Amino acid sequence: MRDFATLFTRIDESTKTTVKIAALADYFQTATPEDRLWTIALFTGRRPKRTITATRLREWAAEVAGLPDWLFEDSYSIVGDLAETIALVLPPATRQTDKSLAEWISYIRQLSTLDDDARKAGILAAWNGLPHTERFLFTKLLTGGFRIGVSAKLITRALAKATGQDEPALTHKLMGNWNPDTATWETLIDADDPTADLSRPYPFYLAYQLDSFDDLGAPSDWNAERKWDGIRGQLILRGGEHHLWSRGEDLMTARFPELAQLKDYLPDGTVIDGEVLAFQDETPLSFNALQKRIGRKTVPKKLLTEAPAIIMAYDLLEQDGKDIRDTPLAARRAALEQLVAKVPQTAPLRLSASVTFETWDDLAEARDASRSLNAEGLMLKRKDSPYLSGRKRGDWWKWKVDPLTIDAVMIYAQAGHGRRANLFTDYTFAVRDGNELVPFTKAYSGLTDAEFREITAWVRKNTLQRFGPVRQVPAEHVFEIAFEGIQESPRHKSGVALRFPRMLRWRKDKPVDEANTLDDLKEMLAMYG
Amino acid sequence: MTDVLTFTDRGIYCPAGDFYIDPWQPVDRALITHGHSDHARPGMARYLATDAAAPVMRHRLGEITLQTTPYGKTIRMGDAQVSFHPAGHVPGSAQIRVEVAGQVWVVSGDYKTVSDGLSEPFEPVTCHAFITECTFGLPIFRWTPEDVLTAQINDWWAANAAAGRTAILGAYALGKAQRLLTTVNPDIGPILTHGAIENTNEVLRAQGIALPDTIRVTPETTAKTHPGALVLATPSALGTSWARKFGPASTAFASGWMALRGVRRRRAADRGFVVSDHADWDGLNAAIKATGATKVFATHGYTGSFQRWLADQGYDAHVVSTDYHGEGFDAEEAEA
Repeated sequence: MRDFATLFTRIDESTKTTVKIAALADYFQTATPEDRLWTIALFTGRRPKRTITATRLREWAAEVAGLPDWLFEDSYSIVGDLAETIALVLPPATRQTDKSLAEWISYIRQLSTLDDDARKAGILAAWNGLPHTERFLFTKLLTGGFRIGVSAKLITRALAKATGQDEPALTHKLMGNWNPDTATWETLIDADDPTADLSRPYPFYLAYQLDSFDDLGAPSDWNAERKWDGIRGQLILRGGEHHLWSRGEDLMTARFPELAQLKDYLPDGTVIDGEVLAFQDETPLSFNALQKRIGRKTVPKKLLTEAPAIIMAYDLLEQDGKDIRDTPLAARRAALEQLVAKVPQTAPLRLSASVTFETWDDLAEARDASRSLNAEGLMLKRKDSPYLSGRKRGDWWKWKVDPLTIDAVMIYAQAGHGRRANLFTDYTFAVRDGNELVPFTKAYSGLTDAEFREITAWVRKNTLQRFGPVRQVPAEHVFEIAFEGIQESPRHKSGVALRFPRMLRWRKDKPVDEANTLDDLKEMLAMYG
Repeated sequence: MTDVLTFTDRGIYCPAGDFYIDPWQPVDRALITHGHSDHARPGMARYLATDAAAPVMRHRLGEITLQTTPYGKTIRMGDAQVSFHPAGHVPGSAQIRVEVAGQVWVVSGDYKTVSDGLSEPFEPVTCHAFITECTFGLPIFRWTPEDVLTAQINDWWAANAAAGRTAILGAYALGKAQRLLTTVNPDIGPILTHGAIENTNEVLRAQGIALPDTIRVTPETTAKTHPGALVLATPSALGTSWARKFGPASTAFASGWMALRGVRRRRAADRGFVVSDHADWDGLNAAIKATGATKVFATHGYTGSFQRWLADQGYDAHVVSTDYHGEGFDAEEAEA
């Protein structure tokens, strides 16, 4: 694993893309095919199955380090990563074990066949045979989630450099359902045909937020449509089967069983890009309705009738088994319209209608209606644009509505973790209710580093009370909190829960008695909940 | 029995001797553990510090009324007996021992227990109550052994010199910078210093502390005039135009916080060397044990966790709110 640790260190130590790509390309040219494949798998979120629970790992690490559980947890909350915390608290290794990445993965898998005592002995022996970085990486393999600042895009660029293949083809090859048990370096990377795997999705085309109309040219060159507030998905019908992929490459087929009937209406060899929505009476339901269906592998009948799902189709990527991503959007849309027209209204498929407009002012007006339609805003797509891979500027733009905002008072602060250890970055906010302050949300992001430092210094000097890691502070500072949605929540004292709350700005100009009230919040709930 | 020291909103106070230790508000009489700006603040009518700490304090605080003392000498102040003992933090740094009616309390200031080859080595002082910092008071902080660290820094410098890159190392102007200076191998190339660091170097050299030869960076200094150089910079100078004039460079940061991957990445330096002038987890625990104290106050750092840990170990442990910063990992928080 030493070469994998070296790769990791080179990537981790650099902020320069060129250095990271060079490190990966070197590795792809020197490591064994098994290690290479596992590296790609890990860096694209395909981790080996968990064989040992995080709880067990914490217990064992705390025991070996001679720490009480609470102190291990305090440490973990500062470090922010379980594997790193374990690697840091354990006493230095007394041996050096040499195994390749693939060998360590087999080692971990073989542990799953053993009883608890043997597993523990196996893990402790491994920890004691690895220096810090390798120990961290080994534990990462156990806990999963290899987020180390390597995007799939970076992997693709490095692979292109190492193999001489072009990037879009490689991007496509890395999509979908493969893992190192079902694929080899040969079948995945060296083989020519990316559609050999019938469930494999195309890379999603993503847009940046529009900042100005200046460079767009004529409005007539553009197609506008609603940006629906659901889950972006890709529906694949091939070989008599259907597959539904999320943008994060999660296979969601089983979570939305009602979509299976589309096999009866759409021809084989069809791939549609769209939004999965909860939908009733020809109207999208709020994201809250759909949320109940996320995170469930299977769906109870009651939920199927309460929050029935459809695909709101945006684009057609494959027609009659042919990849049509290079044909212009206008032609793809025309083909999509024809397809959807043949599907009965009882089936869970709709076309995301174009929003008609002549001037950018018309469009701004249309955007203002978004929230009442349960949409997040608008999408602008150039009519002659191909369907590209990944987030690209120029041909597609999203134009989201402005977030909802409320002015709130900071009442608790907590230190961040990971990058933000030693800074107070996690705050609890309250609204006024008579003479009371009612907490209603937490927020962690949105301020500059300088602002976080300023608040940190203030919190240190103004702590009223400590509750474990949480500091109560005087209600002096007002912040404008932005959020995307609001819903009723009996679990919260305020009765509401916000969607994606963050700090928009520190309102140093506002005294606390001008912060918003619980009544203001309830009014927002009535309007937008 | 009354407390030897009390904790006020101006700082740590001794009623029997009517003096403060490292106060953060102006007072009449201030005993100072060391010259870092969160411990030695301006505005005190009279200061008392060690002989070795005095030059830096004068350099930083200007015209002050400063009495000095050698380590270990007992001074009578009112009903209190006071003495200063090496804290191993930076040259001249001290723990302050205060004895009143047979009760001994010690204020640690900032300290580290490993020898850095430059500061007077930490000396355990037996006491009843110990007032300790705990900047790195969590078991995730364990410092790299000195010999490994030296090899890491020299290897990094040599590799960059060989590749035609300048090696820029960020470190605090007082303490860390000089400590690194005495560990690096001057045969690799020239050592350039940022003005704030060189000013401190001059003060320390003038008081007889041996440091290797260094070259002060001037507007004319570039990578061309000094190829293969190691540049010692203050943390705040990293990433500025001052640093950019050295052309292709590798930047590194030397701090205890570099033990954490997240912090290392936030600094966006190419390398992080795990080195601190504060005690690590093992150092804190060993130091406290060596005092024989039964009562411990934690002043700054991970005070909440550390207090609970000490209480678990059977100490009568408390947290005290102070205005000390310890080792910040951002330039603005630096021990400048």
